[in-house]
Amino acid sequence: MEASSPALELHGLGRSFGERPVLEDVSVSLQAGQTLVVFGPNGSGKTTLLRVLAGLLRPRSGRVRVLGAELPRQSWALRGRIGWLGHDPLLYMQLTARENLAYHARLHAVADERVEQVLDAVGMAARADEPMRELSRGMVQRVATARAVLGRPELLLLDEPLTNLDPGARQLVWPLVGPGSGHTRVLTSHDPATGLAEADLVLGLRHGRSELYASAQNVDAEQVMELYR
Amino acid sequence: MSARTSVPQRTQPHVLKATGQARPLAGARSELEPHAPTANPRVAPGFGGALRALLRKELLVELRTLESVPGMSLFAVSVFVVFHFALNRASIDGDLAAGVLLVTLLLASLLGINRLFVADAEQGGFDGFLLAPVNPTALLVAKALALIGYLLVLELVAVPAFALLLLGTSLWPALPGLIAVLALADLGVATAGTLVSTLAVRTRARDLLGPLLALPLLIPVVIGSSNAISPLLAVHPPALGAWLTGSAARWLVLLALYDLVFGLIVYAVFDFLLED
Repeated sequence: MEASSPALELHGLGRSFGERPVLEDVSVSLQAGQTLVVFGPNGSGKTTLLRVLAGLLRPRSGRVRVLGAELPRQSWALRGRIGWLGHDPLLYMQLTARENLAYHARLHAVADERVEQVLDAVGMAARADEPMRELSRGMVQRVATARAVLGRPELLLLDEPLTNLDPGARQLVWPLVGPGSGHTRVLTSHDPATGLAEADLVLGLRHGRSELYASAQNVDAEQVMELYR
Repeated sequence: MSARTSVPQRTQPHVLKATGQARPLAGARSELEPHAPTANPRVAPGFGGALRALLRKELLVELRTLESVPGMSLFAVSVFVVFHFALNRASIDGDLAAGVLLVTLLLASLLGINRLFVADAEQGGFDGFLLAPVNPTALLVAKALALIGYLLVLELVAVPAFALLLLGTSLWPALPGLIAVLALADLGVATAGTLVSTLAVRTRARDLLGPLLALPLLIPVVIGSSNAISPLLAVHPPALGAWLTGSAARWLVLLALYDLVFGLIVYAVFDFLLED
């Protein structure tokens, strides 16, 4: 990626499932190191947007450029550079936390010491040898956070990343994926107060369309709440 | 709500982030550097390393769940018991024995084929894999090798059970030839099965679609292997050398060609099947 080019550049992005449009004419430009917070009611296209940015879904129309890679043509170039934290933890419930992270570490060519480092960072070292299915949802989310940052990704795509986490767990994971982590971030949120506090840019989606796109300092909570009415 | 789309000002609120002074929650750890993002160039794992990781994960998941191999083995033994009573014969040999053995193994293998990608589809394994800088062919090879492993265990259980419950002749003279044929058949079932499983697992009707796609594709394997095995299971089987130089040779060649062709087809299309 060129030093001056944005980390994310979307122009008229469209995506549909069958005949049903899920995203229509979405345009965004995000600089490296910035945070884009996406608001919108359930079914507004937030998760689909994140999946397109990760190269997991093909855009149907428009131009999408992520970390310098043109999608979908160069989606291979994104592999290993994106940290994904979504509703699905991307972990095998039959394996332990340590086995899951060791598996992902090998796929990302990351040293085993890094597994212990991230387990410790999310406070799961003591429970790392228990099968994931025996852990609470909050603990699974902590391990999923560790997985997302395991390969030190350049871009974090966070789909409601604090779901299931108690306040103590939030304090543990936030240094890894929060604004202080140094990542370029795109995160979805339903909470205007914390979302706006996180954001450099705000994107509001409704029915797959961009209804709000502005610098966070020009948006207030009431404007965000309008998306949900 | 009126749409409001304004070009955002180029704020630099995270200049602070670069200096590590951004806004962690109260009480958050301050050691941020170890988890900071890394820019290119990145190191991708070698094919062998990725293959080992995938295969290890595959076998661990199967060992923890025991969802495929025990079911396949138990199914095969149950079918032999059913045949034992349904055929109303004390023993079988030749064409009939070869047909019963091969069809039973094929049907049992469908159980493994159907479950090959289930854990990946249900637990986000596909997404996790696609986010990693790994050659997709490593996943194909790992799945095919895992399936071959399942088939080997199945045959270790099913073939002795078949000899005990149904076969009218001794299995020992036929064993070297049988192993060769089953090895070629397993390779074909593994490659075609991996293709079918990849296609079926992302559909709602995967339990139905898997067998419907696999059975027609695997007919050449059944034809080739049952014809090759049939003389070995006769009351008076030929010597191994005579069997190899006789009619069995062309069936072995057919099986080898099937393996080669399907291996190339699956290799060519697998990347596309993983994509959206």
